Amino acid sequence: MVDIGGTRVTMREQPVRERIKNFHSVPFGYDEKEVVAEAQRCIMCMHAPCEIYCPVRLKIKAMIRKIAERKFKEAFLIAKEDNPIPAITGRVCPQEDQCEGVCPLAETENGVNIGKLEAFIADWAMKKGITEEFYIEERTEKVAVIGSGPAGISCAVDLRKFGYQVTMFEALHEAGGVLQYGIPAFRLPKDIVDYELSYLKKIGVDIQLNNIIGQNIRFSELRENFDAIFIGTGAGAPLFIGIEGEELNGVYSANEFLIRVNLMKAYDFPEHDTPIVCGDEVGVIGAGNVAMDAARCALRLNAKKVYILYRRTKRESPARDEEVQHALEEGIIFKELISPTRMLGNEKGWVTGIELAKMRLGELDKSGRPRPIKIEDSEFTMKLDTVVEALGSRPNRLFLDQSPELERNKWGVLVVDENLNTNIRGVFAGGDAISGGATVILALGEGRKAAKSIHKYLSKGDGK
Amino acid sequence: MKYKITRKEALNLEDFLVEVEAPLVAKKFKPGQFLILRIHEKGERIPLTITDCDPKKGLVSMIIKAVGKTTSELSKLDKGDLLTDIVGPLGNPSKIEKFGTVVCVGGGTGIACLYPIVKALKAHGNHVVTIIGARSKDKLVWEDEIKEICDELIVTTDDGSYGYKGVVTKPLEKILKSKAVDKVIAIGPMIMMKFVAKTTEPHGVKTVVSLNTIMIDGTGMCGGCRVFIDGKMKFTCIDGPEFDGHKVNFDELMNRLSMFKGKEKQAMKHYERGTK
Ligand code: FES
Repeated sequence: MVDIGGTRVTMREQPVRERIKNFHSVPFGYDEKEVVAEAQRCIMCMHAPCEIYCPVRLKIKAMIRKIAERKFKEAFLIAKEDNPIPAITGRVCPQEDQCEGVCPLAETENGVNIGKLEAFIADWAMKKGITEEFYIEERTEKVAVIGSGPAGISCAVDLRKFGYQVTMFEALHEAGGVLQYGIPAFRLPKDIVDYELSYLKKIGVDIQLNNIIGQNIRFSELRENFDAIFIGTGAGAPLFIGIEGEELNGVYSANEFLIRVNLMKAYDFPEHDTPIVCGDEVGVIGAGNVAMDAARCALRLNAKKVYILYRRTKRESPARDEEVQHALEEGIIFKELISPTRMLGNEKGWVTGIELAKMRLGELDKSGRPRPIKIEDSEFTMKLDTVVEALGSRPNRLFLDQSPELERNKWGVLVVDENLNTNIRGVFAGGDAISGGATVILALGEGRKAAKSIHKYLSKGDGK
Repeated sequence: MKYKITRKEALNLEDFLVEVEAPLVAKKFKPGQFLILRIHEKGERIPLTITDCDPKKGLVSMIIKAVGKTTSELSKLDKGDLLTDIVGPLGNPSKIEKFGTVVCVGGGTGIACLYPIVKALKAHGNHVVTIIGARSKDKLVWEDEIKEICDELIVTTDDGSYGYKGVVTKPLEKILKSKAVDKVIAIGPMIMMKFVAKTTEPHGVKTVVSLNTIMIDGTGMCGGCRVFIDGKMKFTCIDGPEFDGHKVNFDELMNRLSMFKGKEKQAMKHYERGTK
């Protein structure tokens, strides 16, 4: 048998024993030899399903070809055409559900490791100081971008390329949104996020930190002062289950847990001022990427046992394969088919455990996953001293409450048309603010799409 | 952008006033709101109630008690020093309208937090009685400023070194019994607010308390500031900071405030070691 494609070039990683003690990147990334070998696995198939399944339609085949030819700069420039932050998406995209999953090689072996190729060329360009070069024909129109996460970043970059004057507003003290506060450094090193953001500044995006639209500048004022607005405020508000005991000390939303660790660097306490209390036995409710992130952070904060408490099974986990894999390697324990019914505490007000009900899987629900059904009288308890709720999030009320003129649905998600236009002319939205919680790459795609819509909207007047 | 300290004044051994240049905050500030600041790149985000504001000059001031690491560090700074981050105003403004007779109760640095509220209440034509309390005379802050703007001022100290001896609830009870009070507003230590609410409840007087909880972002993202009002989960930063005092579960809240006590001590030790 001919070995078409061969086996995937192994990604070298930090050994488990070491990495659970630090927040450095788990994968080391390919070196030049490895990346070329991996790129050469690509069979250059005609229809390139990888590109079809890429939310930003990255020209993956052309990029891989250049890598295989060792033309890294050209590969980088190809990636940059469609994706302003390849170093980030290469690390956080759910490649197995997109490009890599539909790669013909994936039928028998692993698909081409497209994510790691993408990350390589971006890192390579960063190290070499190579950036995209383009000429900006300045326009006078001003566009406000609210939120500096993936949707805002991609929208701002494209708007600048069209020549608009772009001001980006961020409520926190650092830009980057979920890339900054949500995704831990062992998955997405912060120097990479900082680099991508410095690029934004370099091309002339004015980033205003500590500036909350709604509080500092009324939405109506913003509308008066800007010719168009993009809302990329994300889904930053945590959900709580709503069971007894959530007031107890030692109970966190995954957002709080991750903000303390990632944004505030609580892992470096007391060098950094923000504390975190993480016990020996930690239960994380949920099994998505955020749950994996929280669980793996807990481990790095010296927890002895970390459990993922999930009402379905590992197979239904919405997390990236790589994250589940890494979590399992690191010793995170999956407790499947269970659902919390209440949290238990002691007289000092600290959580001491959790009561859970056993579940079984029923018929498929709308998401295509089997519906978990509670088994009556199956409750049992588990000892825990920290509980992290990673149930997902929804759009932040702070901005929305201050902008009642914007139409939203009952979950607080903004309503937009096919051009990402909200109910207000000149006001566009994208990312988790309109999806309620999806992926970085989808947000990025929408940011770009919105930039196009804004360009169309603003250039109508001058006959273009 | 950095934020310059334009005035710094020690009020006693623990309490101090800091005035900073924060034009964005000053422009939109309304009584009852707070801000979050970070001293330096490694600093934590701490919420502080704004006690005074000059929108024209872009200045806001706060009165702070040096209790933990960050507030102690802040107390060592001086005019001209720079703070890394300030964001605000955060939280909902106090509801200010003509209520009639309003009793404002302040304890500790909460006294200063009352200042803009009392001012606004007066501007709306209310009769304002203010009761302020401290552990002892030297711990009493902002007395003259408050005195100037309210109709009646009652001072209490725990040790009797000044004003009435005892806690603020004593004169409060007396007033409630002697005249019609339309509203009570209390700002101060959790325990004080708890007992103010307890005192007013039998009289059926609407009582607003301003909660100072654990916070990180102050924008509704973390849920660390969650409180239970009438059993329902609320976020202090975006739903508060003012809540109906009769519906707040103070015991639960005081317990949550203790969550990082051990860590705070550790941070303080680390800091003291570093400054020696
Ligand atoms: S401080 Fe984070 S939600 Fe209120």
